[in-house]
Amino acid sequence: MSEIPGDLKFLSSHEWARLEDDGTVTVGISDHAQDLLGDIVFIELPEVGKEVEAEGDAAIVESVKAASDVYTPISGEIIEVNSALEEQPETVNGSPYDDGWFFKVKPINVDEMSDLLSPEEYSEVCED
Amino acid sequence: MKKTFLYEDHLSHGAKMVDFSGWSMPINYGSQIDEHHQVRNDVGIFDVSHMSIFKISGQNAEGYLRYIFSNDVKKISSKNKALYGLLLNENAGIIDDLIVYCLEGDFMIVSNCATKEKNEAWYQRHASEFDVSVEYIDNEGILAVQGPNSIKVIEKIFGGEASSLNTNECVKVDGVMIAKTGYTGEEGFEVICENKYLRKIWNSAIESGAKPIGLAARDTLRLEAGFCLYGSDMDESVNPHACGLTWTVDLNDEDREFIGKQAFLNINERDEQKMIGILLKDKGILRPGYEITHIDGKGTVLSGTFSPTLKKSIGLARVDRTVEQSGRVKIRNKELEIEFVSPRFLKKI
Repeated sequence: MSEIPGDLKFLSSHEWARLEDDGTVTVGISDHAQDLLGDIVFIELPEVGKEVEAEGDAAIVESVKAASDVYTPISGEIIEVNSALEEQPETVNGSPYDDGWFFKVKPINVDEMSDLLSPEEYSEVCED
Repeated sequence: MKKTFLYEDHLSHGAKMVDFSGWSMPINYGSQIDEHHQVRNDVGIFDVSHMSIFKISGQNAEGYLRYIFSNDVKKISSKNKALYGLLLNENAGIIDDLIVYCLEGDFMIVSNCATKEKNEAWYQRHASEFDVSVEYIDNEGILAVQGPNSIKVIEKIFGGEASSLNTNECVKVDGVMIAKTGYTGEEGFEVICENKYLRKIWNSAIESGAKPIGLAARDTLRLEAGFCLYGSDMDESVNPHACGLTWTVDLNDEDREFIGKQAFLNINERDEQKMIGILLKDKGILRPGYEITHIDGKGTVLSGTFSPTLKKSIGLARVDRTVEQSGRVKIRNKELEIEFVSPRFLKKI
């Protein structure tokens, strides 16, 4: 499994969040999650402008095997989605932390980031 | 958990192992989609040793099988052939689907692993009436070599007699049974032998170009071919008409009595729901349990997946009879359009 980038924070349900320099938060699913899912074949992204609440469902990812909800680690407004994933969902398998990001949130309260798991804490969740 | 004889070989090929009805089995060796294409375009090898093998012995083995099996084994007696069919209960409900092989006069059954206990009880229950013995074989395994290049692999390992078999024929070569059968919709073979021969065959096949294929790809391959999966597409609550398996009930010999015959004859096929293939026009993935509606009624998705060959979602469904060729499926909060097609999806390619 690839190294977890140090600037990410996680939900135990395998989503990651990265606070960008412009104050927005990028969200995706972890390498561990894509490995568990197997070949990803369909992604349903939220609509831009939608208000989401931390730990609420925001997107759907489907592998050949199963469908899973993707929860947002942070509350706010969806300001951008990675629509390239609609045509090439398999990008998430190959690049879960970079090209395979799902959506960007303009956070209501950026302090929610501190409620999330560090890479080390998340790694422990994966080992359980 | 039970392990097949080749368990360590799967691990060394990078398999992800899962619990499959109490057996630790390879679900994939990396990408199930790559494995799917490997079988469609070249050749793959599956370890399916979790499946149950039973041998039937006794003077009246043929009479016994003609009584418990929906298809008529008289067609394969003393012919070195395989015959697909069903075990029916008295109500014509499906206890299991299986293949009966007749090789050099001996009968053998290969059936699903999850149904092993109940099948065994069923076989034993009727064995005494025919004075036959039914034995579960635990020291043999099954490999499936499937794909357009499977002929080359089989020829290299077993020679021309095996590789030139026609569909459903089988032969014994040096104590190993090779049959021209499979569950992928591709040209292919199934090899059944004592465990001690398995590793050599497995390695020889891989040296000859076959790649290991997991159970996940086996499922997408069988679904594209329109083959039913026991437990998903059929069970004891449905009869052969509702599964597209009417053809497996052989009524040609009117004198043949078999379990479920009377109930089957009493069913009017037109009163039954029918099995169809479904294609999702939009993006999304069909899953078991999704509800279907059409102008004449409703139905349910039984198996659904992403078809790597068609690059869209396909499924098998049981629906109220209709001449309509489309309907709608409810996926989460959306109603999406589906096309009704033959379950033999490959013929559309």
